[in-house]
Amino acid sequence: MNLHEYQSKQIFARYGIPVPRGRIAVNSDEAKQIAEELGGRVVVKSQVLVGGRGKAGGIRLAKSADEAQELATRILGMEIKGLPVRRVLVDEAVSIEKEIYLGITNDRASRKPVMIASAEGGVDIEEVAARTPERIVRLHIDPLLGLREYQSRDVAVAIDLPKEYWRQFMAVADGLWRVFVENDATLVEINPLVITKEKRLVALDGKMVIDDNALFRRPDIAEKRDLDVEAPEEISARKYGLSYIKLDGQIGCMVNGAGLAMATMDIIKLYGGQPANFLDIGGGAGAEKVAAAFRIILSDPNVCAVLINIFGGITRGDEVARGILAAIDQVKPDVPMIVRLVGTNAEEGRRLLADANMMTAETLAEAAEKSVAAAKERCNQ
Amino acid sequence: MSILINKNTKLIVQGITGNEGLFHTAQMLNYGTDVVAGVTPGKGGDWVLDGKVPVFDTVKQGVDVTGANTSVIFVPARFAPDAIFEAADAGISLVFCITEGIPVQDMMRVREYLDQKGVRMVGPNCPGALTPGETKVGIIPGNIAIPGTVGVVSRSGTLTYEVLYALKQHNMGASTCVGIGGDPVNGTNFIDVLGMFEADPRTNSVVLIGEIGGSDEERAAEFISRYMTKRVVSFIAGQTAPAGKRMGHAGAIIEGGSGTAADKIKALTNAGVQVARHPEEIPVLIGE
Repeated sequence: MNLHEYQSKQIFARYGIPVPRGRIAVNSDEAKQIAEELGGRVVVKSQVLVGGRGKAGGIRLAKSADEAQELATRILGMEIKGLPVRRVLVDEAVSIEKEIYLGITNDRASRKPVMIASAEGGVDIEEVAARTPERIVRLHIDPLLGLREYQSRDVAVAIDLPKEYWRQFMAVADGLWRVFVENDATLVEINPLVITKEKRLVALDGKMVIDDNALFRRPDIAEKRDLDVEAPEEISARKYGLSYIKLDGQIGCMVNGAGLAMATMDIIKLYGGQPANFLDIGGGAGAEKVAAAFRIILSDPNVCAVLINIFGGITRGDEVARGILAAIDQVKPDVPMIVRLVGTNAEEGRRLLADANMMTAETLAEAAEKSVAAAKERCNQ
Repeated sequence: MSILINKNTKLIVQGITGNEGLFHTAQMLNYGTDVVAGVTPGKGGDWVLDGKVPVFDTVKQGVDVTGANTSVIFVPARFAPDAIFEAADAGISLVFCITEGIPVQDMMRVREYLDQKGVRMVGPNCPGALTPGETKVGIIPGNIAIPGTVGVVSRSGTLTYEVLYALKQHNMGASTCVGIGGDPVNGTNFIDVLGMFEADPRTNSVVLIGEIGGSDEERAAEFISRYMTKRVVSFIAGQTAPAGKRMGHAGAIIEGGSGTAADKIKALTNAGVQVARHPEEIPVLIGE
């Protein structure tokens, strides 16, 4: 789950990381008032969860409160990469001497958090990494020991930070580490961390990504979720314990298990079709859950056929078949359905489905082939 | 022979009185697994499954009384890291963690601690392991595989079952099947298991089932080209997955241009691995 810049900076401030004075505005009058309080010279920043806000014209400098109002009107009317701008952050303008990059993320390969720093801040850090990898400093952090002071100092030295800034830098690094750990982040980033003309370190921008698996113990963060970035079907899927992602194709998929769901999408493509979605129904395939999955899949008007692939294993195939039939009775879908069942009592399950005039398949390849043919027949006529 | 688990495996089930724990303990007993103990704090002294398995309050007690050497964990995500630490401190040398949804920072701390103690973990978010005809630890259905000489290692759950089943349809059996789990930080990776299969006299060939996300498959490819003399066949799920979306597994996400199926297939192909176009093609490739 991603946090907005203003949310991230509010959290940074609680951990002693200096951020510019500023507040959030939902309309241009508020923006003007905040700008007046801050003395007129402010930056008006759109708050949307996409990159490239600056390039899209969503971050602008205002020299007066009136100009801030004008810019806020314009930015609040924008859509950036398809997302509406609902709020702007109005921050005091800071005089910048130098820009640094500082972030912490998980390094999967070494199974440890890694601090990343660069003297080249304010730009896309991945570009810096690709162009001048020697300008990027990486420091792995022992997850049991945490970030030690000497390590922050090592980083300060490695990015050629003048000695007079070390203390401030070490406080920011320590604060950022605590932000990372105490909020179960998978990414925290300050880009840029600036040195001002007044010789202070200030976090001008902030980004946080939170581990979804940890939200149960971070209720204050869970409620910050911005639903604008998610498709409504994805939100409703989550309510039923389903994992759904909409894609562009015509063949809806309902599968148990994420890996098998991806493999099912892949084989549809191999047989000349396009998957309309990823959907993992998880463990158990009771009628309620299957019905919810049907409704979500069929809410996509591009769906011409649905492939249901359930590897029973321990779950009995006849129970799964009864669940599917009950769900069909509730939802009454009008596209062709192809069911593939494997596992204990699968033959019995297939017989039940065949009796109800459902198309069934024994192998994955057969299921894919039949689905592609059914979708073509349904939508090309 | 087999890897990780065999007839000498003496299993303790953490979370034995929960729905999942109890159901799968019954399945494991039916398969012939030597389940010697269970743990649920507060239920010590009870017996479950018609008096077949004693329940203890702590792992330490269970190990002291029964000599358990392997643990399987079914407790909910918020208690699972503690359960793993407890197993390690009680002298268990091999832990299977079935639980899914554990925060990644917890797993980094767990893994660091286990490495220092010399304890091996498989998982989390994994189906466990199966040595057909001998024993199973976890939730892999026993009836979908037969004993044989193919080693199977996978990041996925039901996709693994699919492959075992496809092998069985072709009358091919498995030496051991290991599900290493779909999380970004886990206890055992492809390379660990590939090394074990290479050293296992019973295993003649290996199936590696990967998916998008991370670079475990790429590192496995490097290991295979350097050290593996046995034949390896693979399948990678997620060729049609879009970038930036989490495909169910916490680990299955294409980040910043890395971790794509195409990259993994290329690395494996370059290492001499035959990559199947779909799971049912795997037995055909092995039979060639």
